[in-house]
Amino acid sequence: MSTGTTKLDVVVSDVVPVNELVTRFHFRRRDGQLLPTFSGGAHVVVEMRDGERTRLNPYSLMGSPLDTREYTISVRRDDAGRGGSLFMHRHVRRGHEMVISYPVNLFSLDLRARKHLMLAGGIGITPFMAQTAQLAADGGNFELHYTCRTASLGTYADLLRQRYERRVRLYHDDRDERIELDRLLSSQPLGTHLYVCGPSGMIGWVCDRAAALGWPAETVHFEHFAAPQPGAPFDVTLAVSGKTIRVGEQQSLLEAIEAAGVDPPYLCRGGVCGQCETNVIAHDGNFIHNDHWLSEEEHRSCKKIMPCVSRFEGRSLVLER
Amino acid sequence: MGITFRKETFRDDFTFSNSPEHIRRFPFPFHEDSYMYAVNIEPHVLGPKGSVLENLIDVDEHYVAEMQDRALVLAEDPLRCQSLPHMTLAGWDLLELLMEQQALGYPEHFTLTRDGDKWRWINRPLGIDDSFTFGDVSTVPYGPMEYITRQSQGDFCILDQRDGNLWMDAGMVTTQADWSLDFDIGMNFFEWHAPVPLAHEKGIFVRALKFLTNIQQGKPARRLNWTMTINPRLDTSPENYHKWGPDRATVTPENVGDKVHLRVELQSFWRLPRSNGIVFPIRCYLIKMDELVTQPKWARRLHRVIRDLPEELANYKGLTRYRATLVEWLSKLDDGSPTSPGFGPD
Repeated sequence: MSTGTTKLDVVVSDVVPVNELVTRFHFRRRDGQLLPTFSGGAHVVVEMRDGERTRLNPYSLMGSPLDTREYTISVRRDDAGRGGSLFMHRHVRRGHEMVISYPVNLFSLDLRARKHLMLAGGIGITPFMAQTAQLAADGGNFELHYTCRTASLGTYADLLRQRYERRVRLYHDDRDERIELDRLLSSQPLGTHLYVCGPSGMIGWVCDRAAALGWPAETVHFEHFAAPQPGAPFDVTLAVSGKTIRVGEQQSLLEAIEAAGVDPPYLCRGGVCGQCETNVIAHDGNFIHNDHWLSEEEHRSCKKIMPCVSRFEGRSLVLER
Repeated sequence: MGITFRKETFRDDFTFSNSPEHIRRFPFPFHEDSYMYAVNIEPHVLGPKGSVLENLIDVDEHYVAEMQDRALVLAEDPLRCQSLPHMTLAGWDLLELLMEQQALGYPEHFTLTRDGDKWRWINRPLGIDDSFTFGDVSTVPYGPMEYITRQSQGDFCILDQRDGNLWMDAGMVTTQADWSLDFDIGMNFFEWHAPVPLAHEKGIFVRALKFLTNIQQGKPARRLNWTMTINPRLDTSPENYHKWGPDRATVTPENVGDKVHLRVELQSFWRLPRSNGIVFPIRCYLIKMDELVTQPKWARRLHRVIRDLPEELANYKGLTRYRATLVEWLSKLDDGSPTSPGFGPD
């Protein structure tokens, strides 16, 4: 029914280098009004007009939900990625007019929790910036464990330490500091909820240990936007719109569908929300499912695909779009 | 110019009625001559001027009387309004939404002024002028949800979203069609829909939940639901079944037009920004048969819908006792000619 979310016309009000990899961008509404209220953990999809191409990347809002005069995001430069973060770093300047989506929250706090235990890895710190601000304002009980490669790459680590002192614990890879996960998970009071955001290896490790130590699944929350993976180009026929398109090496299937003028629904563009789910009508080849939405059984059935992150290798593919 | 609020009752002497303009704006729920469940959800966007969709939160001539009836229900049974401890933030979200929408749609009746978290709310029809600090429960006379829903027509369910499901963890429910917040509170979407026949087999709830958990901020959705009520009674709760249940045996061929009411719920669904919850306002509209049949298209179509309704649905909606009497009465107004497409009167 809906394509993405409602859009917001914004202007880049500030661009602040944070460290050698991360830059922070500030957005204000072009009409001068307040931006919509959001909740900690929400993201926006930022539209980037890169020549002929429109890039759409999701970024967590990291400002305080109590202040909606501006939104802030932090973008980690990925030199080997598909170009969205490089575009932000190289081309987006103060005064740029951009379009972003309304906030969407797929990593919401569970407000029943008596305590919120947060584990961040690298740029995975951004949703926790907003969540800790939200909780701190309301006297919420939280504890944040943050691992980064080196002190100089500990994005906002100083700020967090300054704001929340002993509630923040830092770990630096170059000093061989590791979260003592089993001890940490075993020593939490009843009613604690666990949140993790970071590289997929870290998320897997934390979720596995939590499960092994008896944490109920509904108390474990994670956010991982899989960036679309590059791969060999392939051709797709779109049955409803009657188009045949080619998906390029660096392009996602969703992007190729959009570039062909078809407007499919989406929210996260990272394989977790389920909005762009598409029926497979016919195929001769293999699917490379990279999403976290479809069940293993659905992956094996070859009847559905999440075009935001998944690819195909083979002779022919027909989708219902 | 403003709305002229009616002085009327929804109990005892039942003086409720609709003005001629309100009969024409009634949200008649049948777009064809038969009825079956469907996931009839659409974007909740503004509709034609003069319709119940002229504003996204509708205030009408029954406002003051409905709020008085709600106060009576709550005085007898405070459990009609409940909020689990983690839902207070969602209550503030709802307060903001309803104050904003009512002030936007009806500036002659409601005014909201904000200076940071210092807010002033003027509700002229109910004679309220309150200043308070947004987010500070000690500055409002009730919890935020109760405070604003004592001033807003319709029932309100606030749903917490977690584990891919929706949980009914707060609500103000005083005008319901035979269900109980006190019974359902804390249940998830499938649990509270368990009693509904036929729809589970059709997979409707699985699809509906998927849709609802994807509702986005700034993009509300809506649907219509319906049932029938004998006498214009807003409070048809299970708790008060002994008061309204026996009414169903009082329908005679002589009093059908006055006693039998079509009850339509305009349900809308909104993502709440701070709590990430969903609020589900259920706005109830009542119309007696004598008023409804002033629109010949509605009379003909309602006859066909009620006559052909599957047995399970008629039972679930509690129509069984008086269905034959009603169909017989309506049949005299059905000349067999075709009805035009769409909901509106001709």
